[in-house]
Amino acid sequence: MPDRIEVLKTYKTYVGGNFPRSESGRTYPVNNRDGENIANACRCTRKDVRDAVGTARSAFGGWSSRSAYNRGQILYRIAEMLEGRKDQFTEELEKAGLKRKDALREVELSIDRLIYFAGWTDKYPQVFGTVNPVASSHFNFSSPEATGVVGIILDDSSNLLSLISTMAPVIAGGNVCVVIAPEKQPLSAISFGEVLHASDVPGGVVNILSGFRDEVIDTLSGHMNVNAVLNTVDNPEVRKLIDENASISVKRVKHLPVESWSDESLENPYLIIDFQETKTTWHPVGV
Amino acid sequence: MADQTQQNTAEIKDEPSKKPTSPNADLKLDFNSFWEYSAAPESSDFVEIRKSYDHYINGNFTAPEKDRTMKSINPATEEVLTEFAEGTSEDVDKAVKAARKAYNKTWSKLSGRERGKYIYRIARIIQEKARELAIIESMDGGKPIRESRDVDIPLAAAYFFYYAGWADKLDYAFPGRKTEPVGVCGQIIPWNFPLLMLSWKIAPALAAGNTVILKPAESTPITALKFAEICSEAGLPDGVVNIVTGAGQTGSAIVNHPDIDKIAFTGSTEVGKIIQKSLAGTDKKFTLELGGKGPNIVFEDASVDQAVEGIINAIFFNQGHVCCAGSRLLVQEGIAERLIGKLKDRMETLIVGDPLDKNTDVGAINSKAQHERIKEYLDIGVSEGATMFQTNGSVPEKGYFCKPTLFTDVGQSNRIVQEEIFGPVLTVQTFRTPEEAVQKANNTPYGLAGGIWTDKGSKIFKVSQKVRSGVVWANTYNKFDPTSPFGGYKESGVGREGGLHGLYPYVNLLPS
Repeated sequence: MPDRIEVLKTYKTYVGGNFPRSESGRTYPVNNRDGENIANACRCTRKDVRDAVGTARSAFGGWSSRSAYNRGQILYRIAEMLEGRKDQFTEELEKAGLKRKDALREVELSIDRLIYFAGWTDKYPQVFGTVNPVASSHFNFSSPEATGVVGIILDDSSNLLSLISTMAPVIAGGNVCVVIAPEKQPLSAISFGEVLHASDVPGGVVNILSGFRDEVIDTLSGHMNVNAVLNTVDNPEVRKLIDENASISVKRVKHLPVESWSDESLENPYLIIDFQETKTTWHPVGV
Repeated sequence: MADQTQQNTAEIKDEPSKKPTSPNADLKLDFNSFWEYSAAPESSDFVEIRKSYDHYINGNFTAPEKDRTMKSINPATEEVLTEFAEGTSEDVDKAVKAARKAYNKTWSKLSGRERGKYIYRIARIIQEKARELAIIESMDGGKPIRESRDVDIPLAAAYFFYYAGWADKLDYAFPGRKTEPVGVCGQIIPWNFPLLMLSWKIAPALAAGNTVILKPAESTPITALKFAEICSEAGLPDGVVNIVTGAGQTGSAIVNHPDIDKIAFTGSTEVGKIIQKSLAGTDKKFTLELGGKGPNIVFEDASVDQAVEGIINAIFFNQGHVCCAGSRLLVQEGIAERLIGKLKDRMETLIVGDPLDKNTDVGAINSKAQHERIKEYLDIGVSEGATMFQTNGSVPEKGYFCKPTLFTDVGQSNRIVQEEIFGPVLTVQTFRTPEEAVQKANNTPYGLAGGIWTDKGSKIFKVSQKVRSGVVWANTYNKFDPTSPFGGYKESGVGREGGLHGLYPYVNLLPS
């Protein structure tokens, strides 16, 4: 017998700044790489998805109206909070089966990637916005604006870094998101909700659900209140389903199959631009 | 003065259709008999339209595989202008092969500079033939000659001129990235701005190094076929531009062809969704420019006379066959009555008639089908309980014409407020606060364009940030320019056309 019985964590979801369980009350066992059960995760339902989308939509107006500087500071704050919990996340990744060295690297890359995108918030509008020299007597300019609610569907290729690498450019650009955590290894993604909660990210900007992809992505990609989908699952059937659902309300879709999430090429502003609309405004010039 | 205005308002309520809102209330304007102009028709005798047209494939007019033809009608006279081929999947396949061959053998081998020079040539020839093209556009599509002459054709040339210059400067377009062409592009365009939409599609595609198959709309194919002649005249290598004519089935053959790398579509949201669905699971890129239900927001501090002109231009330009038309007028309560009165007066002065007449303000509805669709919406509006106002002026007996129409007493959920009519039909709603205006403006599935009328600059910036649409015109409306990106939010489409942003859909980005 050990001297002290360890207190195990109940993994819930992260929606609207709170940690609710799935409305269904269902869970599924999460195993480590050796097949040993390490926790139970919420098996979210279509209703959980709909609720999360509604919550995200309510948060969109406020988040997209934040100043670029403020969004940058908040993303930086997330990185700070994660840095402070480096050990927690490293241990959790080890529990899931990663070697300590790899686990630490994944957490550190996550922190650095957050800082990378934090720095873009007040720069991408300058790089990708234009003043257009129209022939008529008008002052005309184009600037990027957030698309809206983005559904992020993660595959099982990473526990934490895939979430960070997709969420960061999406919210840096003023969007809000509903994330389907990696099905097999959702624990780090769910724990990341605690980091968001402790940062200054308004509730509802990032919502994280766990569950069986097959049970939720149809609802998420077909929801009329979702404006865009970022999918990392490299499966032709899944891609087709998402594309077809997207057509119901002309959603923007980005398929992002990634071999190695540590690849530096994932650090680029075009991932922000993929979830931006261009608004062009015309003003007459005259007295 | 104030008293007099009040008095006028009272009179208007009694007999709304007869009395003007001018302070000079004793002057009763009779638009029917005093406002006639002598006819000033543009001569069309030098215009050359062939009796029939084949597809333009691989640099030649090529007979269709199957002997199926369609007719293009002049909507103002209901006379047949020409016959043209109805493309089958065999025709499309032939065009795709020609485009692929041209892409592999000639166009992708050419330097950007030389590519650009071909596009400049095209721009110049369009300018040279501007008058003929304008007349054909008005004959085939029914739009007033003033608009095709002053807007459609000069802008089409300008788009080619603008994108020609990008061809050898693509390395500067996207920071940190090099570009490569996408390959073979399938492009499907609508009937409201035939040659202009062609230029929006073909100019950036060629500049970025792609080859194209373009299908013009079945009611307005002629200027695209004249454009085919221009390509030959410019010496453009065979197969770089292919024009396949036909209707929906031809378009579907283009969308579903496996050897096309990118689809560009401009048209209805309904068809756009079908196209997006057919492309599901493929690697084809696509851009969609779809419908709209543009809010035109007039605040109390706006210059009312200027706003009235803007409202007229927003909804009656090109008979309202404009995806970004300002078809929903949102006017602040305090000025609503005065503004609507002035608007009705101004509508009475609009001349509906012969598209080729230089006095004409509102031409013919593009096709019989569209004419019927608009009439259906007028019935829907009335049956939903809205109050319909139409101008008193006459319309020609022959041809498809629709009087400028205005609906008041409408609700946000009415079909005529929510659905795109694509005709000279304006709905009017009122609002009290800027927040309410924004809420109403955004409360449709669309998000293509909108207008804001106010004398206060800070209000313009606040409201334009809140309106969810790709284009916002402040104290103006329906302005277009090749340097200015255009395209929708939400169900109004995906991607942008025009400007630097318009190159993005036609390139693949590579690490530099």
